[in-house]
Amino acid sequence: MTLAQVIVTLGGLAFCVFIAWFFWFAPKGQAKAVVSEGGTQEVAVTVKGGYTPDVIVVKAKQPVRLHFTRQESAACSEMVLFPDFNRSAKLPEGEEVMIEFTPEKAGEYGFQCQMGMLRGKLIVEPPTNG
Amino acid sequence: MVKDPVCGMEIELETAFASREYYGQKFYFCSQTCVDQFDANPAQYTQAQELAQLPEPALLDQKESHIDKLLAGSVTTGFNPSLPLSRIELPVIGLKGAGGQKGVETALMAVPGVRSAKANPDTNIVLVEYDSQTAQIEALLKMIRSAGYQVGGARVRVGIDNLHCASCVNLIEDELLATPGVLQAAVNVGTQEATVDYLPEKTTLAQLHSVIEEVGYKTYPVTGEGAEDKQQAEHEREYRSLINKFWFAAIISVPVLLTAYPQFVPFVKNWSMATLRLAWGGAAIITLPVLFWSGGHFFSGAWAALKHRSANMNTLIALGTGAAWLYSTAAILLPALFPEGTSEPFYDVVAVVIALVVLGQALELRAKGRTSAAIKKLLGLQARTARVMREGQEVDIAVEEVLVGDTVIVRPGEKIPVDGIITDGYSAVDESMLTGESLPVSKHSGDEVIGATLNKTGSFRFRATKVGKDTALAQIVKMVQDAQNSKAPIARLADTISGYFVPVVMILAILTFIAWFDFGPQPQLVYALVTGVAVLIIACPCALGLATPMSLMVGVEKGAEYGILIRSGEALQTAQQIQTVVLDKTGTITKGKPELTDVLVTGSWQENELLRLAASVERSSEHPLAEAIVEGAKARGISLADPTSFEAIPGHGVIATVEGHQVILGNAKMMVREKVALGNLETKVTNLADNGKTPMYVAIDNQAAGVIAVADTVKEDSIEAIDALHKMGIEVVMMTGDNRRTAEAIARQVGIHRVLAEVLPEDKAHNVQLLQAEGKKVAMVGDGINDAPALAQADVGMAIGTGTDVAIEASDITLIKGSLKGVVTAIEVSRATMNNIKQNLFGAFVYNALGIPVAMGVLYPFFGLLLSPLLAGAAMAFSSVTVVSNANRLRGFSARFKAR
Repeated sequence: MTLAQVIVTLGGLAFCVFIAWFFWFAPKGQAKAVVSEGGTQEVAVTVKGGYTPDVIVVKAKQPVRLHFTRQESAACSEMVLFPDFNRSAKLPEGEEVMIEFTPEKAGEYGFQCQMGMLRGKLIVEPPTNG
Repeated sequence: MVKDPVCGMEIELETAFASREYYGQKFYFCSQTCVDQFDANPAQYTQAQELAQLPEPALLDQKESHIDKLLAGSVTTGFNPSLPLSRIELPVIGLKGAGGQKGVETALMAVPGVRSAKANPDTNIVLVEYDSQTAQIEALLKMIRSAGYQVGGARVRVGIDNLHCASCVNLIEDELLATPGVLQAAVNVGTQEATVDYLPEKTTLAQLHSVIEEVGYKTYPVTGEGAEDKQQAEHEREYRSLINKFWFAAIISVPVLLTAYPQFVPFVKNWSMATLRLAWGGAAIITLPVLFWSGGHFFSGAWAALKHRSANMNTLIALGTGAAWLYSTAAILLPALFPEGTSEPFYDVVAVVIALVVLGQALELRAKGRTSAAIKKLLGLQARTARVMREGQEVDIAVEEVLVGDTVIVRPGEKIPVDGIITDGYSAVDESMLTGESLPVSKHSGDEVIGATLNKTGSFRFRATKVGKDTALAQIVKMVQDAQNSKAPIARLADTISGYFVPVVMILAILTFIAWFDFGPQPQLVYALVTGVAVLIIACPCALGLATPMSLMVGVEKGAEYGILIRSGEALQTAQQIQTVVLDKTGTITKGKPELTDVLVTGSWQENELLRLAASVERSSEHPLAEAIVEGAKARGISLADPTSFEAIPGHGVIATVEGHQVILGNAKMMVREKVALGNLETKVTNLADNGKTPMYVAIDNQAAGVIAVADTVKEDSIEAIDALHKMGIEVVMMTGDNRRTAEAIARQVGIHRVLAEVLPEDKAHNVQLLQAEGKKVAMVGDGINDAPALAQADVGMAIGTGTDVAIEASDITLIKGSLKGVVTAIEVSRATMNNIKQNLFGAFVYNALGIPVAMGVLYPFFGLLLSPLLAGAAMAFSSVTVVSNANRLRGFSARFKAR
């Protein structure tokens, strides 16, 4: 093996490890929902190449209202789906679209665009007592 | 220092004897006397205080009369009957639930200044009388909302021309909000539109337009209110943009390809190396705009995804083409750095791959657009305008402006604009577009009419009960759309895989590069790069992602076309596995309404004469069986007489005198009571009862004259549908609360072999569970009201009913046509769709499972075969087009029983 090959091999393998870490193991930023006056948990989500924020933390048994604004024209992201809640909405470009539901059970629920290219996660925490 | 409102004394806050809060304002008092006086009539002093602050001389007279008036005011509500009262009808949604009516009323009464609040759950209207000086509409609305109800105002979008500055936005919003009746206004510079929530009875659309125009802007109606139209326009724009990008990339590809393979091109073949290098330099420059304009969205998409620590198709294409361009440019700029024979560029890969993938995206978009045709058809049913009464005048308004509680006028041949209840007039209405019932239904005062159905013969007025997104049609459309975008369980696997797919492909590409670089033939660097890029480009997560949703969309729409509303992808998937169908008897297999079936006579009686006398008696009875006899007689064209001295004996029957004859109708007990000899009629009655019918003896002038039988008859198409289910290999079970004899008689007629009779309503769900315990996938079909628990227990619950039925909520599938044939078609649609999904998933898996190893070069050691990145690009582009096209093939599905 030449030196170049050794470098490429080691560098490549290191890069593989980095990819695995970057996409799967690195911690992701989370966004906590803001509770409005009426007791609704509100989160604004921007859709552009992905969902910002894409990890949303809410409490169970309290209504959730997500405000989606799509800022791109790629047809891919024109729909957002919450399969576990049987909710979906069309997201016309530049318009704020609201999705409302009340998660009953704690757990992790995914949301995504129609073909699953963009993904996000809704983390439902157990309700606080009182 | 504060002032005691009663005596007018100036007192210190801290030393005040007492304080009271009144409408958010605090008052302080010097002594018990003053407090008592205030408590007796707070309004007097609070208003008086306000008046006292006004300039004295001008108001002296007014002040006196004002205080006189105020003295008459109510202590508890602060309301004064002599003040001008405002009344408003507010449309409120959701009054029908438990306590809804009371809840809203109590909440509104708590608003200061409200004199009365009356909620009518049937019309969804709350009538509020209030003192407009004390209470604002805003406060009423806020209170209703905070009590948990929605105010059903109208929402419109108004287009505004040449809207640029942010300050104009505020100006327009303020002007709109200042208009009476406007609840909310938001102006969006991006879309050049104002979105206004308003109460149509306080203002009109035209008024809103003129408010904006007064500020100095030109308005225009926003065409295509529906999201569908908007989406279509967006698709059209996106398609054009993609096609332009494609042509640009395609045209640049031609010269780039010529220089990339000089040995095959007659003229370029003879160029010297130096000239070639120059040409390649040119290629480097002209592919840049391809990379960043035609393929720009790959890079921006990849970057955006990267920021979210995720990767998708954009990442792969961006990496592949980006790597090819960088390598090529390095190779021609610094050829010395590269080993012999490796300093050749791959600009062709950049241009051609981008051209192909963009073309694939454009074609995919086109094909996708075709999938939502049925929704458009449904929406097209909606009427555009409505004629309503406003201030005693008939006015034509847009259907979006119709309010709950409006009186709507419909003439013959017109579409009914919204849902409501007829108040005046009658007509025949063609509801086939929603219920599939082909005969027009006659409608009288008090009957429900559904929006989008067609009025045939008469004119009538009706009160709107549901408008906008609450109408039956809107609900159906919403349900179809939700179902289209739900997940079928089969998609979970594909989803899980595509979540890991892209990073895995990236890792595979790197490993491929290393393998070829370390062990490949010379020139190793070129082989390593070509194979690495090919892996990145051929992998197609899109095909995987598209496989299920595309077919699901078409499948759900196909169902809707046949009058089958499928609630979710899960329901659609489970429906194909059904092994046992449980049918409720009454209203599902049968019509659910008794009909006259037999008239048997003894002696010299004529059938029609006997029926005429019997039916004449039954005219006075309100029993459903009586109604069946009267209807049966009318159907035979018999005109009825008027009975006299009518008497009903509960549990026995009826007696009356018709044209001088004493007529007795009833069961055996009745005949015993009246001492009528039955003769051979008894065996006939037993026979009829054995066939599931309800027989009644008829005696005329105390002589047995005959027997009349009524029965709940089987729907015309039940037999055919049950036969079809049997042919599909599905077991059919009948479940009913009726007695075994009746149940088995009906079962015999329709060819059902397994009958669960005498099942109490509360045991229906349990019986479904028992069938499931036999290891079967069970579908329950019922009319949805008393069957709800069983529908929920079944693997698939199918409700039979019209689109307006609340039962839609409880079921997985709703058959709006009310025919059992729908069960057959639902299962057929499910089977066809699931087959299509499986083909798609299989195709997508096989494509990736074969394509990626071939691109990695596994065939090279054996056959010397290597996949060019150009071919990889073509394969990738057309794999997703294939998936969408295959889904579109489902459109050709046709059911055993034709639609309509």
